[in-house]
Amino acid sequence: MSFLKLEGLSAQVGALPILRDVSLQVEVGEVRALVGESGAGKSMIGKAILGTLPEAIRITGGSIHLDGENLLAMAARERRHLIGAKAALIPQDPLTALNPARRVGPQITNRLVDILGWRRKQAQARVIELLDEVHIPAPERVMRAYPHELSGGMRQRILIASAFAAQPRLIVADEPTTALDVTVQKQILRLIRDMQQRHGTALLFVTHDLGVVSKLCQSMTVLYGGKVLEDTTVDEFFQSPAHVYSAALLAATPKYTDPDGSLMSVPEAVTRSVEAEIAAHDHRRPG
Amino acid sequence: MTLIRTFLKRLVSMLITLIGVAVIVFFVIRIVPGNPIAMMLPPGAGEEDIARLKALYGFDKTLPEQFLIWGKGILAGDFGTSITTRQPVMSLVLGRLPATLELSIMALVMAVALGGALALAGTRQRGGKTEAVIDVTNGISLSVPDFLWGLLFILLFGVLWPVFHISGRVSPALDLPFVTNFYLFESLLRLRFDIWLDLVSHMFMPALALAIPLAAIIAQLLKQSLKETMHLDYVTLARTKGYSETHVILREALPNAILPTLTLVGVQFTFLIGGTVIIERLFSYEGLGNMAIDAVINRDLPLIQGIVILFAVIFTSVNLLVDLTYALLNPRLRHG
Repeated sequence: MSFLKLEGLSAQVGALPILRDVSLQVEVGEVRALVGESGAGKSMIGKAILGTLPEAIRITGGSIHLDGENLLAMAARERRHLIGAKAALIPQDPLTALNPARRVGPQITNRLVDILGWRRKQAQARVIELLDEVHIPAPERVMRAYPHELSGGMRQRILIASAFAAQPRLIVADEPTTALDVTVQKQILRLIRDMQQRHGTALLFVTHDLGVVSKLCQSMTVLYGGKVLEDTTVDEFFQSPAHVYSAALLAATPKYTDPDGSLMSVPEAVTRSVEAEIAAHDHRRPG
Repeated sequence: MTLIRTFLKRLVSMLITLIGVAVIVFFVIRIVPGNPIAMMLPPGAGEEDIARLKALYGFDKTLPEQFLIWGKGILAGDFGTSITTRQPVMSLVLGRLPATLELSIMALVMAVALGGALALAGTRQRGGKTEAVIDVTNGISLSVPDFLWGLLFILLFGVLWPVFHISGRVSPALDLPFVTNFYLFESLLRLRFDIWLDLVSHMFMPALALAIPLAAIIAQLLKQSLKETMHLDYVTLARTKGYSETHVILREALPNAILPTLTLVGVQFTFLIGGTVIIERLFSYEGLGNMAIDAVINRDLPLIQGIVILFAVIFTSVNLLVDLTYALLNPRLRHG
């Protein structure tokens, strides 16, 4: 049974389509990658699921089912509560995702106390346990610290602990390692994988890094221009990408075995053919 | 630790500022035309009378000598004697200070409440009609100076529809049992709500006239920084946790967005205190500002000096207070 199900989701800024008829599913406990170049709409899908789309973006069609309930048909208050209780976000930039004016501890426990109605003591004990789980030394002291007193890697660990705190069934990770330096990236990826496996949480991993996808994910959705081009398993994608764009994207990934090889981008001929395909598809389906 | 050192440093610079103000006001009011002795002389007074009066008030000495005498007096807590009333400047000025402080603080509270409410409402309803209405109201409030608001209020609520008192600080018929001059404060402490209401009814219009331009500035700046803060990642993250828009604005965005506004309010509050001079005159409110105008008209040099020094003390203290509050609210500065 799929925990998250998007069907025919479309969104626009003014008349400009941002998402075109996007359908995808994330099963319980599944790790799915959402891959595409910048501007492909992968972050927008994450935002649409969590209800944080910018005000200028309007959802024009389709549905988002979270745990069997259609988010787009719910009242705002119920939707917020459902999302807060069942889903969580690991944000992109740990340096800006913690409130600089507040201590770290309450920022992790607040969801448990305010939204889920835990007792403060209970929430605190749970968070200390979690901070220990993400390998933060002296959790009690860290909880009293302000964000600016901690390193980027520490802050991302805190945000991961915070995402898992309420035992969500789905976590959206929006390029969670992009803002970190390379040595820390690996530790954080391993940590996310360990935590995901231990808690059995479904993970929607938004990234442009195919290397990360191959290590972390089971299935993947390839996006271009707000449209799903391919929906496949990671193994199949790396063995024989079905779409011409997927193949080009794969070919453009820098290889560690060939460090001197020139950096490639997706050839223009390919993007042009993809755009023609999308245009033809839009033409067939008026409205 | 750092906070204490910053505080001491600021105290020293405050002292230097005050000495500078003392020097400037002392010499400037003696250089500009106008002579206090001439104001006091009866018609037909001779050279001898003038010389005697000059000697009495020390105007026969050179300017630097006069300054030294005044400075020594201040160090001993004596600001000289008012020429017109023959009373010590210190007690005159301190007697009027509470009235002006109460008026300014009332105006500040009104400005913060009004401006804050408008900023929060505008942020909550951003992009809608409410925000457009708030923006237009702000523009109008900003472009009309405080004394014009004062005149308008006198006309509307004093003459056409007389609901407030337009003159004085308190109704003369009332018997005041107070030991301090902080009437508004003391009437509350003594539970004399009848007097309190009378005081508020006198103070309401001058305070509102002073508050409106500041409220508009607060509303504009706070709304701007709130709207910028609302796009930051930690606000988005709080939204995904299930918090309402109002909670997100108040708990996540406001503590960060308020910092630039706080600095501005500090600076603008000193302008507001400056504005009391004209507003007090307009409403015949018995405060420092009204006294300052009388002192200037009568060339009461010691009194002018005393009032200016007191205003300078208020200005620098407000600035110091703002910096300290800023450091307390912003954890990044507290440890820096």
